[in-house]
Amino acid sequence: MSIFEYAPAPESRAVVDIASSYGLFIDGEFGDAADGAVLKTLNPATEEVLTEVAVGGESDVDRAVRAARRAHDKVWGPMPGSERAKYLFRIARLLAERSREFAVLETLDNGKPIRESRDVDVPTAAAHFFYYAGWADKLEHAGLGRDPRPHGVAAQVIPWNFPLLMLAWKVAPALAAGNTVVLKPAETTPLSALLFADLLRQAELPPGVVNIVTGARETGSFLVNHPDVDKIAFTGSTPVGKRIAREVAGSRKSLTLELGGKAANIIFDDAPVDQAIEGIVNGIFFNQGQVCCAGSRLLVQESVAQEVVERLKARLSTLRVGDPMDKNTDVGAVNSAQQLERITRITDTGAVEGATRWSAPCELPDRGYWFAPTVFTDVSTAHTIAREEIFGPVLSVLTFRTPAEAVAKANNTPYGLSAGIWTEKGSRILWMADQLRAGVVWANTFNRFDPTSPFGGYKESGYGREGGRHGLAAYLQEGAL
Amino acid sequence: MSTRLEVRKTYKLFIGGAFPRSESGRTYEVRDAKGGFLANAALASRKDARDAVKAARAAQAGWAGATAYNRGQVLYRVAELLEGRRDQFAAEVAAGEGLRAKEAEAVVSAAVDRWVWYAGWTDKVAQVAGAANPVAGPYFNLSVPEPTGVVGVVAPQRSSLLGLVSVLAPVLVTGNTAVVLSSTDRPLPAITLSEVLATSDVPKGVVNILTGRVTEVAPHLVGHMDVNAVDLTGTVGADGVSWAELEATAADTVKRVVRPGGESEPDWTVTPDGPRRILAFTETKTVWHPKGI
Repeated sequence: MSIFEYAPAPESRAVVDIASSYGLFIDGEFGDAADGAVLKTLNPATEEVLTEVAVGGESDVDRAVRAARRAHDKVWGPMPGSERAKYLFRIARLLAERSREFAVLETLDNGKPIRESRDVDVPTAAAHFFYYAGWADKLEHAGLGRDPRPHGVAAQVIPWNFPLLMLAWKVAPALAAGNTVVLKPAETTPLSALLFADLLRQAELPPGVVNIVTGARETGSFLVNHPDVDKIAFTGSTPVGKRIAREVAGSRKSLTLELGGKAANIIFDDAPVDQAIEGIVNGIFFNQGQVCCAGSRLLVQESVAQEVVERLKARLSTLRVGDPMDKNTDVGAVNSAQQLERITRITDTGAVEGATRWSAPCELPDRGYWFAPTVFTDVSTAHTIAREEIFGPVLSVLTFRTPAEAVAKANNTPYGLSAGIWTEKGSRILWMADQLRAGVVWANTFNRFDPTSPFGGYKESGYGREGGRHGLAAYLQEGAL
Repeated sequence: MSTRLEVRKTYKLFIGGAFPRSESGRTYEVRDAKGGFLANAALASRKDARDAVKAARAAQAGWAGATAYNRGQVLYRVAELLEGRRDQFAAEVAAGEGLRAKEAEAVVSAAVDRWVWYAGWTDKVAQVAGAANPVAGPYFNLSVPEPTGVVGVVAPQRSSLLGLVSVLAPVLVTGNTAVVLSSTDRPLPAITLSEVLATSDVPKGVVNILTGRVTEVAPHLVGHMDVNAVDLTGTVGADGVSWAELEATAADTVKRVVRPGGESEPDWTVTPDGPRRILAFTETKTVWHPKGI
């Protein structure tokens, strides 16, 4: 199949003003880090430096936590839930109103296609605030205890793959439950959080209720280890999640973790093939595969494996890889040089260990961080590419004969975040859904997200849920067991 | 007339429905609150803990796969058997915890009632903790609680029956299986409970009970890669045990950890305020499916 000719349709970057430098947002004010440290943030599609942001040190983190504590004790804690709700509704509305600005900034800083930041990241972020706003004055009706109380100060550390959306997943329920927040955005994608700080000023959220401390890994470590933090929410890699859990051990801090995954996307011989192909593509190439719940292991029933792989390759050959600001683009840039190195390193083990590598024929730009959509066949469960989270646009195809074998292979991983099932047989879907050890099971669909729908993992994919009534529970004290 | 010489018992472990001696061959003396000899108990080793985890894992899918109604019936049947052994439990609680006869009887009553309370939760907890989520699109979306898997339970040191029941029953309700490390100094009610379970309808391996030292066995339970969650409530007052260190070990495998609630054992006579202890050992699974014609 030949690719359609098309003219570029670039989104304008004029809708967003990027300042030459950004400070830390603490107690309602932007200010430099105490030691003046800064880091540069790049556009991963061009390697152009976008701006400089402050790197929060120990004293900056301490100042932010103290501001959050003050705001909790004096303002946000005593405030009636109905008033908190209105602030959250305001934030939701402002996000929707400024959505184009946020979408463009997110794509510039992250490298994801503008189509995704515009149609998924930003509207879903706004929807999260809208959903949790309504909980703020209904906490006692959530079935989470008779006297639901916030933890106090919530420390939140978020990743670079969905910078604004992860902010919304964390900040919205925290504020609705009555906590105040110190948020540490990812090192490579701080800009949408800083624009969000500007939005908070516009919403006239009281100072100190949300504090945003940019920086790198050390900044996050200062934050989670601060003695006056009551609750920690982390989304990121399993190794870092384990480290945080060790650091928090023995304290009274409450912890929720949303970590890595190696999801199985299971295709039965009676699956609707056209839909399944779209689901496979969405499952692993959405956001360049930099998704913790990505369907990175394709399990295909043996009798249809050849057909599915052929049709998948044909479909991948039509994906448009390139300029993330182009509204036609399907696959954008990898977020950083470091991530590209990781994807390349793990992917290189595939052929060495005996799998067959195929990459979509596409021209990659000269500058920036790029990786062509790649599929491995002849993969065994022992291969590195079938076990380790690659966090990139790389799919490993394995086969199975019986449903029981599919379940055994799908569950054969320390992770348990998500899974996909494709079949027209309803009873098989429900049986499979019961057997799969994963927090989210998508049947005849993949990578769907909604503010009302709990998201989170089994096993080493973490604990706690985000989204829905369950996500609210993470921000309220459990009380005695 | 000469007094009859009593037959002293050496108790064993309870693993996979059988009563093996400790693989280490070791035993220790169990004494009453005044220091008098009660019995010999097996001193569990690392190997015993591993065997118990293996048995618990083997039993887990079957127990979780039973209907909630069936689990409720099986657990309620245990309460019936507990009731039938009232006198033995009361004597063991009185001796071990230094309670008067009336106090010990009250403890046994509370323990049986607690077991019944939890048994009734099996077919309700999914209705209370699950959700039909109104997503913004044409999708069916349902969240349900599922058992976490194999749970390591450090049972309370002081409250050897009521405390034990209060931490074990909630683990079993949703379909988890358990490896229980009993109170070190007061293991007899746990041992008698294992005899009750062995003659009940609870499938073998669903509950495994080890007697021994918390310092020796607990680190192997919290470090075991095939244990999904640990309840450290019973580490309070256990000799030389740091729950902080155990929690740090558990972090290496992202285990779910229930910390001790405070510096001393909770008041186990209070009926739990809701199913939170059950839910601490569950995972929420959310299933999506498109709607269409």
